Amino acid sequence: MNLHEHQAKQILSRYGVPLLTGRLAETPDEAARAYRELGVPVVVVKAQIHAGGRGKGGGVRLVRSADEARDFAAKLLGKPLVTPQTGPQGRVVRKLWIEAGCDVERELYLGCVLDRKLGQPVLMASKEGGVEIEEVAARDPSAILKQPFDVAYGLRPFQARALGWGLGLQGEAFTSFLSLAAAVARMFVDRDCSLLEINPLVVTRQGALVALDAKMAIDDRALELKKQPELEAMRDVHEEDPLEREAAQHGLNYVSMDGNIGCMVNGAGLAMSTMDLIQLAGGRPANFLDVGGGANKDQVSKAFKLLVANPSVRAVLINIFGGILRCDVLAQGIVDAVKEVHVKVPIVVRLEGTNVGAGRDILRASGLKIIAAADMSDAAKKVIEAAGIKSEVLSPKS
Amino acid sequence: MSILVNKDTRVVVHGITGSAGGFHARAMIEYGTNVVAGVTPGKGGQTFDGKVPVFNSCEEAVRRTGANAGVCFVPGAFAADSVMEAAAAGIPLVVCITEGISIMDECRLRAFLKDTSTRMIGPNCPGLITPGEAKLGIMPGYIHKKGDIGVVSRSGTLTYEIVWQLSMLELGQSTCVGIGGDPVQGSDFVDILKLFHADPGTRAVVMAGEIGGTMEEDAAAYIREHMRKPVIAFVGGQTAPPGKRMGHAGAIIQGGKGTAAEKYRALREAGVTCVLDPADVGRTVKAVLGTC
Repeated sequence: MNLHEHQAKQILSRYGVPLLTGRLAETPDEAARAYRELGVPVVVVKAQIHAGGRGKGGGVRLVRSADEARDFAAKLLGKPLVTPQTGPQGRVVRKLWIEAGCDVERELYLGCVLDRKLGQPVLMASKEGGVEIEEVAARDPSAILKQPFDVAYGLRPFQARALGWGLGLQGEAFTSFLSLAAAVARMFVDRDCSLLEINPLVVTRQGALVALDAKMAIDDRALELKKQPELEAMRDVHEEDPLEREAAQHGLNYVSMDGNIGCMVNGAGLAMSTMDLIQLAGGRPANFLDVGGGANKDQVSKAFKLLVANPSVRAVLINIFGGILRCDVLAQGIVDAVKEVHVKVPIVVRLEGTNVGAGRDILRASGLKIIAAADMSDAAKKVIEAAGIKSEVLSPKS
Repeated sequence: MSILVNKDTRVVVHGITGSAGGFHARAMIEYGTNVVAGVTPGKGGQTFDGKVPVFNSCEEAVRRTGANAGVCFVPGAFAADSVMEAAAAGIPLVVCITEGISIMDECRLRAFLKDTSTRMIGPNCPGLITPGEAKLGIMPGYIHKKGDIGVVSRSGTLTYEIVWQLSMLELGQSTCVGIGGDPVQGSDFVDILKLFHADPGTRAVVMAGEIGGTMEEDAAAYIREHMRKPVIAFVGGQTAPPGKRMGHAGAIIQGGKGTAAEKYRALREAGVTCVLDPADVGRTVKAVLGTC
C-alpha cells in the first residue's frame, strides 16, 4: 500500500526528520488560507496522488499570493492529473499539500528498499537528487551509494558516516545527515516499509538539510497481520482499482489488464503462466486472477463474478490444477455463480488434479454450456476461438 | 537417489493441531512420510490421530523423537518464531509453507538462520517431495512419479502442472522443490541447483522461475560456470504489467527490473533450454533427454 506525500511526512516528522511547515487543503479557499497561515512569500502547492512525476504533469507549482494559491487549487482539485506514471486516464486530485518554499543549494537522494538477495534493507544515497533513481541507476550505477543493514542491529553510525562523506556533506549538514539516515533506517523497519524515499533531500542555502518530497509504501502482509493500524487508517481507497480492492477483501489476487480474455486460475505462478499462454496463442488476457491454493466455494463464486463484471471480457478461461483446492469444490462454485449471474460469454474450463473426476461430473451434470479442455494448450486454443466466435455473433446485434 | 529428503527423514510438523497443519500432516503420513512428532505450544502431551506425539517445544520433539526435518504450517504472525525455534533445536532442514509472513520478519528470520546450520525452504512454498519416499509439503502426492528429473520452482500449482506433464510422459522426478514466492527466501535456485548437480540420481533439472528479483540471473551465472547436467527453464509472467504484484509477494517488476525477458536472456546465454509455452515443458524435457 502506498501513502501520500503528506502522510509519509507526518510519520517522518515523528522520527525527527527535518521538514518544511505545511498545510493540507481540500478546497480552493483552504489553499488560500494555507498560503496566509504559512506567512512566507513563496509557497509550493502539490497535488496528492499516488504517482510520481507530479511536477512534469503540472501538479506542482510555486505560488506567490493567496489568490494564486486559490486559482491553482481550483484548477487541480476534483480533476484528473496525468503524469508519466498515471497512464492516460490520470488520477483525480482530492487533496493538496501546501508547503513553505525554501532556497535550494543542492538536491540529494536518500532511499531505503529491500535487497532481496541479501534479505536485508539497504539505505541508498546519491548526489543526483530530484530525478528518478532508476534513471540514475541505468546511467551510472556507481553514482548510487549503498549500505545494507541488519534489521536486528539497525544502521550503524559508521554506515551513516560512509554515506554522508560519499555525498560530500560537511559541517552542520553532515551532522544532521547522520541522525536523518539513522531515522530513515529505523522508520523503514519499525513501520514495515517496502519503500521509503526522500527525493529530493535538499541542502538549503543556509546549510540545513530538509526532506522536500517523500514517498512511502508499506508491506501489505504487515497490514494484513494488523501490525500497522495507524498506517492502515491512512489507506486511500480512491487510489485503488475498485475490482482489485474488492478481490483483496475476499482473499483473491486480482490485477486488471487491458485484454478481453478473462482468466481464473489457482496459484500465482500458474495464473501468470496462463496469461502468457493466452498471449502466445494470439489472445490478450483481461486480468490476472489467483483464487489461491485453498479457496472455498464462495471465493470461487466471488472470483467468477469479478471476472464477468469486466465489460471487455469476451470469453473466460478457468484453469485449475487442484491440490488443496479440490476440483469438485471449484466446479460447484462455478455452477453456483453461473446460475446466479447471467453469464453471456463462453466459458472454457480445464480441470486437473485432486477429485478431477467428480469436478468434471458436476460441470457436465449442470447442463451449463461449458467448453471442456483437455490440457493447457487446448484450453488456450479453445478460449481464443470462443472469444472470436462470440464477438462475430455479437457485433451485428450491438 | 534424491536431494534433501528420503524415506529415512524424520519429520516434525509445526502447528500439527491447527486445521492446515493437521490436514497436511495426515496427507503426508498417507503418502508414507515418516512423521515422528508434532509441535504446538500448550498442546504438549496430546497425540495426533492416535499415533503422532505432540510436544510443547521443538527442542523436546527433537530430544524425544530424533526429528531431523521440520515442516511449518504456523500462521504468518508466528511462523518466523517457529522456524527460529526449529533452528535453535538444531534441526538441519525446515520447510516453511506459511504464506503471509511480513517482510521484516523474513529479514529477521534470515539474519537469525545465518548463524545456524539450518537450511530453510520457503516461506510461502508448496514444500518438497522425493516421490515414493517422503513428502514435506502440500502438493498432491499422486501426480508425482519416481525418476531422475530434478524440479525446482518458485510456484506451487505451476510446479504441479509441470510435474504432471513430466509424469504423463513417463519422466519421473528425483526430488521436486518449491522454493517459494516471497521476496526473501531461505533457499534460492542456486542452492538447490548445487544439490541437484551433486546428486547422482538426478539426470536433468527443470527450473520454473517468475518475474521479480534476480534469482534466475544468479542461477544462470551458476549454471554457466558449474552445471554439467541439462537445465530446462520456464519463466512465468511474460505478460505481467510492471509495478503490479502478481499474487506472489516477490513477483513484481520494479523500476523496469526483474522482467521475464531479462531472465530468459540470462538463462539462454548460460546454455539453458528455455521454454516460452508453459504447456510445452514436459515435451521439451523429453526432446532434450532424447538428444543427450
